[in-house]
Amino acid sequence: MRFERREEVSVAALVIAPLLAVVAALMLCAGLIALAGVSPWVAYGEMLRGAFGSRLAVTETFTRASPLILTGLAAAVAFRARLWNIGGEGQFYMGALAAAALGHSALVGWPVPLAWAALAAAGMAAGAMLLLVPAVLRLRFGVDEVVTTLLLNFIVLLFVGLMVEGVLKDPMAFGWPQSVPVAAGLRLPDLVPRSRLHVGIVLAVVVVLVVWLVQARTVFGAETRAAGLNPAAAAFAGVPITATLVKVALLSGGLAGLAGAIEVLGPVGYVTTTMSPGFGYAGIVVAMLAALHPVGVVAASVFVATVFVGADAMSRATGVPSFIADVIMSVALLAMLVALLFTTYRVRR
Amino acid sequence: MTVGDVLELDGITKRFGALVANDDVTLSLKKGEVLALLGENGAGKTTLMNILFGHYAADAGEVRVLGKPLPSAKPRAAIAAGVGMVHQHFTLAGNLTVLENIVIGSESLWKVGMDREGAERKIRALSAQFGLPVDPAARIGDLSVGERQRVEILKALYREARILILDEPTAVLARPEAEQLFTILRGMAKGGLSIIFISHKLHEVMGASDRVVVLRAGKVVAERVTAETTAAELAELMVGRAVARPKRAAHEAGAPVVVAEGLSVTKGGGMALDRVRFEVRAGEILGIVGVSGNGQAMLGRALSGLARPDAGTITFDGRDISRITPRQAVKLGIGRVPEDRQAQGVVGDLAVWENAVLERLRDFSRFGFVRRRAAEAHAAGLIGRFDIRGAAPATRTRLLSGGNMQKLILGRNLAAGPRFLLANQPTRGLDEGAIAGVHAELLMARAEGAAILLISEDLDEAVGLSDRLQAISKGRLSEPILAEDVDARRLGLMMAGVWETRDAV
Amino acid sequence: MMEAMDILTTASLWSAVLRIATPLIFGVLGALICERAGVLNLGIEGIMTMGAMIGWLTVYWGGDLWAGLAMAVLAGMVIGWLHAMLTVPLGLSQHVAGLGITLFASALAYYLYRLWVQVGNLPPTIVPFQPWAVPILSDIPFLGEVLFTQTPPTYVALILVGLVAWMLARTPMGLALRMTGENPHAVEAQGLNPMRIRIWAVMVGSGIMALGGAFLTTAAFNSFFPSMVQGRGWICIALVVFASWRPGKALVGALLFALFDAFQLRLQTVVEGVPYQLFLMAPYVLSIVALILVARRARVPEALMQPYRRGER
Repeated sequence: MRFERREEVSVAALVIAPLLAVVAALMLCAGLIALAGVSPWVAYGEMLRGAFGSRLAVTETFTRASPLILTGLAAAVAFRARLWNIGGEGQFYMGALAAAALGHSALVGWPVPLAWAALAAAGMAAGAMLLLVPAVLRLRFGVDEVVTTLLLNFIVLLFVGLMVEGVLKDPMAFGWPQSVPVAAGLRLPDLVPRSRLHVGIVLAVVVVLVVWLVQARTVFGAETRAAGLNPAAAAFAGVPITATLVKVALLSGGLAGLAGAIEVLGPVGYVTTTMSPGFGYAGIVVAMLAALHPVGVVAASVFVATVFVGADAMSRATGVPSFIADVIMSVALLAMLVALLFTTYRVRR
Repeated sequence: MTVGDVLELDGITKRFGALVANDDVTLSLKKGEVLALLGENGAGKTTLMNILFGHYAADAGEVRVLGKPLPSAKPRAAIAAGVGMVHQHFTLAGNLTVLENIVIGSESLWKVGMDREGAERKIRALSAQFGLPVDPAARIGDLSVGERQRVEILKALYREARILILDEPTAVLARPEAEQLFTILRGMAKGGLSIIFISHKLHEVMGASDRVVVLRAGKVVAERVTAETTAAELAELMVGRAVARPKRAAHEAGAPVVVAEGLSVTKGGGMALDRVRFEVRAGEILGIVGVSGNGQAMLGRALSGLARPDAGTITFDGRDISRITPRQAVKLGIGRVPEDRQAQGVVGDLAVWENAVLERLRDFSRFGFVRRRAAEAHAAGLIGRFDIRGAAPATRTRLLSGGNMQKLILGRNLAAGPRFLLANQPTRGLDEGAIAGVHAELLMARAEGAAILLISEDLDEAVGLSDRLQAISKGRLSEPILAEDVDARRLGLMMAGVWETRDAV
Repeated sequence: MMEAMDILTTASLWSAVLRIATPLIFGVLGALICERAGVLNLGIEGIMTMGAMIGWLTVYWGGDLWAGLAMAVLAGMVIGWLHAMLTVPLGLSQHVAGLGITLFASALAYYLYRLWVQVGNLPPTIVPFQPWAVPILSDIPFLGEVLFTQTPPTYVALILVGLVAWMLARTPMGLALRMTGENPHAVEAQGLNPMRIRIWAVMVGSGIMALGGAFLTTAAFNSFFPSMVQGRGWICIALVVFASWRPGKALVGALLFALFDAFQLRLQTVVEGVPYQLFLMAPYVLSIVALILVARRARVPEALMQPYRRGER
């Protein structure tokens, strides 16, 4: 068996690939569900109902999707430049901490839009700084950023623990390790009354469109693409590789940090060490399912959120462990990798 | 099968997509014979030998060794049948020792322990027998290119090869080393080995082979006994038509544009460039000749803004440019054609228009947004002016042929009317037609007053285009000589590092 | 501060060092075998998780402790095979495929555990490996307690270090493996199949990694719970770089690391007023520091992370 590069990658193939990957993942996981003695049809039906069966379910699914859009976008912009940012989880928490720390009292009394802008900026800066460390280590010392970003996730989680049990501890939380809450006036307004869905998702979609525009139309976008596809040729043509990668790192870390800030300002209101059900890691899956395209990120986020929210409901109804959601997601990622391969290569004999 | 044939290729055909690399190729090799496989780059020589050795599977045809068919696509079978191959790009592991590189594959993987002493004795015996001295304990990474080639040959001999295939064996050797290699090969043939060597250099083929097979566009176009043919006849057979490379016209050079003084660059502890000195004048081509790996790459990097010299200066119109960035170089009007067009010249997965403006994206942008229409128009202009075939502005650049890719790179540099042009191996891997086109462009730029530094391993090209020549050897540059004063012997010596230096002790 | 120094001279500290080092030794050896053949295996975290679960489950279901280890190796090899298929014949990005494998293997381990095991308030337990005193040798003062009164898997780990070092340096198979990681084209030109070598290296390496996970549930603890591997896999990946891809140095690295970990655990009880999270961060910070220290000097296998395709250069 040998692979031969296709001359052109068709747009249709790029749309079909993730669909095939998802179908393959659902089919493979049907076997695991059957192992639990539950009909896959019933289970998947329960999942769909759990994710979209009621107004509340729909709002929950989209609430879950909004941070995923941003962490997915964070991974997508980094991967495009061949910067393997696996630290979305840590950057998410840094952004969340920054928003809680400043949103509790420091910014109270500011005009609200200005305070929101400052909190978003603080969240982004916190996330960006965290990714700057591995990015500089890679550029300066050649240290593989995958390992450093992964290790930083553990460090950050302990740091969050340190904060919520220490200086940021909420004295009103009956000893629970959680941070001081964001001032009520600074919480993001709900999009749908009496639900957790808030304007964060609108913001996330706007950010997606802006990033898309930047990638497709600007000098920075073109240089990033060139640097990602062929760093030697890009450097020869005068693209400052180091500066470009640093900018990409700041953007990527910033997006993941923003996700954390919005999560705190929106549905959660404070920081705990368990506030993220793996948004950073799921962001990697989202980015790959989206074939690293910003618009695809939105669709992929909704899919991943559907699986997670749906799986919880399905688990309650049928007893199939809700970890099936993680399995579906990871199989979809692996299937997507294979599907992507066949969009760029064809098999010869 | 005629008596004495040790190897036959029968009707070999190989396609890569739409390209027919080998088209019904039939040839045979006799015992004790040195056969030259002559052809241009892209004629299908390497593909043919890779099929013979089992790296590729042929779409049709058969390989027979001593009358027995070889199974397709199995290097192991080829080795077992006594075929050894010396690849152009050595297949050695730089971090391992000579001995390890030679013995790998010769013992069963399930054997417990290795017979190092026995292996070392056998290697030393082969070294002595064939005149291939090398230290079995040395690390490959520490060896010179010539020594590495010896290891490659020893690898084949260690596996008891009776048929030796060498792919462009002299591409990385200086003239004296190459002559030495051919003496060794002759000795082997006398000892009963049969040898095929691939080459596009006529003088080698004339000097070292018994018989020549000429390959063109994947087909065998002629077969000659070397003693009964001439270099001129082979040249015409190889190219298939009379392609005349454009001739340099007499032309008065102007004032010096780029001057380097005492330029030194160290790399990984060693000296890549050692007190290099040259000047290039307006309307002149200065040729730098030398064997690959003697500092050409670093010279190119230093002049492209990619390497920081440790000592010395480069001035451009009197201004120090030894520490500029590629972007500043472009802004100053310095054109640069990189050594490796696929790796450095273009981003293959971007469109032609994007590569056309990649160096000056900021000139084609407003408020940070790329002016795509203007960029595409610019690319279309280049395509027309430089005759880039098979390209539209939106074409993916990697789909272009080597020659057209090179025209795109030349075009994006020449369109801006550079005062200085660095052309590093501008025709490497191109066919005759494309070479002539590139040469014409370079001569045109010279006529328009550009100062051109041509770094080339192709002596005919360097001598044909340059007004003056300097040789590079171990990072040192010789004094310039006029192209008119060149003779083959003197140039050969210069490339081997033998020249009168002013600062000789 | 004297108290802190006193800790260093107790046999119990050094005994703990070996215990803490054991899963790291397995993990780092497994990762090293994969990388020496040219494949980065970021599936390690998930493979260790799967090994921990399967090893424990086998014993929980009535199997022998050694059968638990064997099943863990088998599970590791199966997942390693999957990683090998994605990265070797298909030539996918080793970074992304490895992460995918980690997500998949951990998720699958948790899913199957929840499916097959009834979990009450506390996770169910098994009777784990007990320390086995080597006759005679364990009577040596201090050294006997440290080196020769460990659980059997620790002895296995130590023997494995020597075995892997010998295999790499002294056998045709080791040479073929190293050559595949340096230049797979050279391997093919000598009539061997570099793809097959890589696939087997990844499978064997993954099997050894899984032992590291199984040690956690069958020797260090007696139960399985989610996220118990705690980034040990990632630390192993860092240790391979730190060890310059050498088994001997890998052992030293794992021991140094474990020494630090054991020391900080004891320091926590001695030094007051420092939040425990700072101590827990230490191993991860240390891994990053180790990477920075050796990054420039390391002689990386030249073909590491480069997919091999026949006839492509």
